Amino acid sequence: MPTRIVILGGGTGGTLTANRLRAALAPASAGITVVDADDAHVYQPGLLFVPFGLTHPEDIVRPRRRQLHDGIDFVEAGIDRVDIDARTVHLENGTVLEYDVLVVATGAVLVPEETEGLTGPGWMDDVFTFYDLTGASALEARLATFDHGRIVVNVVDMPIKCPVAPLEFCFLADWYFHKRGVRDDVQIVYATPLDGAFTKPEASKALAGLLAEKGVELITEFNTGEVDGPGRRLVGYDGREVPFDLAVVVPLHGGAAYVGRSEGLGDELGFVPADERTLQSKVRPEIFVIGDAASVPASKAGSVTHFEGEVLVENIVRFVAGESLDDSYDGHANCFIETGFHKALLIDFNYATEPRPGRFPGPVGLPLLKESRLNHLGKLMFQWFYWHALLPGRDIPGVGTAMPVAGKKTEGVS
Amino acid sequence: MPTATFAGHDVEVNDEGFFVDPGEWTEEMAPEIARAAGIDALSDRHWVVVHFMRAEYAAKGTGPTVRVLGKASGVPVKELYQLFPKGPAKLAAKIAGIPKPRGCI
Repeated sequence: MPTRIVILGGGTGGTLTANRLRAALAPASAGITVVDADDAHVYQPGLLFVPFGLTHPEDIVRPRRRQLHDGIDFVEAGIDRVDIDARTVHLENGTVLEYDVLVVATGAVLVPEETEGLTGPGWMDDVFTFYDLTGASALEARLATFDHGRIVVNVVDMPIKCPVAPLEFCFLADWYFHKRGVRDDVQIVYATPLDGAFTKPEASKALAGLLAEKGVELITEFNTGEVDGPGRRLVGYDGREVPFDLAVVVPLHGGAAYVGRSEGLGDELGFVPADERTLQSKVRPEIFVIGDAASVPASKAGSVTHFEGEVLVENIVRFVAGESLDDSYDGHANCFIETGFHKALLIDFNYATEPRPGRFPGPVGLPLLKESRLNHLGKLMFQWFYWHALLPGRDIPGVGTAMPVAGKKTEGVS
Repeated sequence: MPTATFAGHDVEVNDEGFFVDPGEWTEEMAPEIARAAGIDALSDRHWVVVHFMRAEYAAKGTGPTVRVLGKASGVPVKELYQLFPKGPAKLAAKIAGIPKPRGCI
């Protein structure tokens, strides 16, 4: 009987895993089923650009099933729970899917209701998020009429998807209000729970420098306890208050709701613990995890998911064949950071190495940790790569799974 | 590596004052570490958190974040900030003699 592979989630990780597995395993030896609650695949890096009118919702959404190759079944249904002992997935429509291998690829979800007051009065009025399509679109309309006052961009707590996105929002807001000729009348403030602009020391320094250069005020170690919409202020757990006219909040993230309903599958936040090098879950050997759904010490970012994909697929093939797993995922992440005025910065790092200056992927490549127009073009071009190379599971020339070191300045690495 | 003396024992700590070897920690040391960090006395509620930190570290190899503490320790986040002002996860880890939580990237 063919191996039954069920993939939960038809986003970045689920789609590229399904397509790569279909190419690696003959249909006679393995059946592949992808489950998702809807048929709308959002190009999530595009969300950042929606509030500034630089892209539009219809340009960043495509049908999920159309991204899946022939020979892959797509089931459009919500997931109720997984029974990890019976090896079954219970769908909300009553269907039960049996599996031999399960891939959890349902990403991270926003849980704004976990922060006091965030979804109360003022939500979608003076308090927004750009982390989903509804919020990003509503924010576009609000920004268009905003010509003076104080904008506070706030990250409630980690982990969040794409930890650089809120910084990019600040940089783009600076550019946007300059372009509209009202920059002097708009204050931009970035309030973060971290002790610096970013998690990694050297990148944090570079990014804090950029914030200062662009006149963005940085408030660190701010832990949002309450969002007071009518009073227009954020209140920290330590009692500090941050007043705003417009708040752009990145809400708390958790794993998909069904993970919490599936006994033994996830951790307290609904993420699934996995081996950081093989991506096999720590709960059952036949369960694998990819992307934002995983509890591993890597960023929740599309590039991480992309690089994990190759190792994950290799390991599912090995697992099915009864062979030992490949432990070569090194935590590689690669992010373009849009800095406004048609420029961007690029960072490249892994579990062991901080983002370093230099060039990527080799000595004549894109500049690292430095603003350039080339990086901005790279960021824009990436959307094409996403739909036409990354999701179909094609390798991008010159960009491998393991972090490259050739173009990096390594002086001072500890 | 610097050393610190708690309850009459010399222990190795890192530059930020976190234990290098959690095995060196004993309950008698906790009140002294707390005092050095600005907490005069450990209440029963502090101890709930300290014991939870030890158990989490033993099970997972890293201390929990504030959110996980709030969901799983039985002490709500608001109270955690009252008990361990500024940074509950960091401060409680220090008092519990475990390394600084890895946090998130």
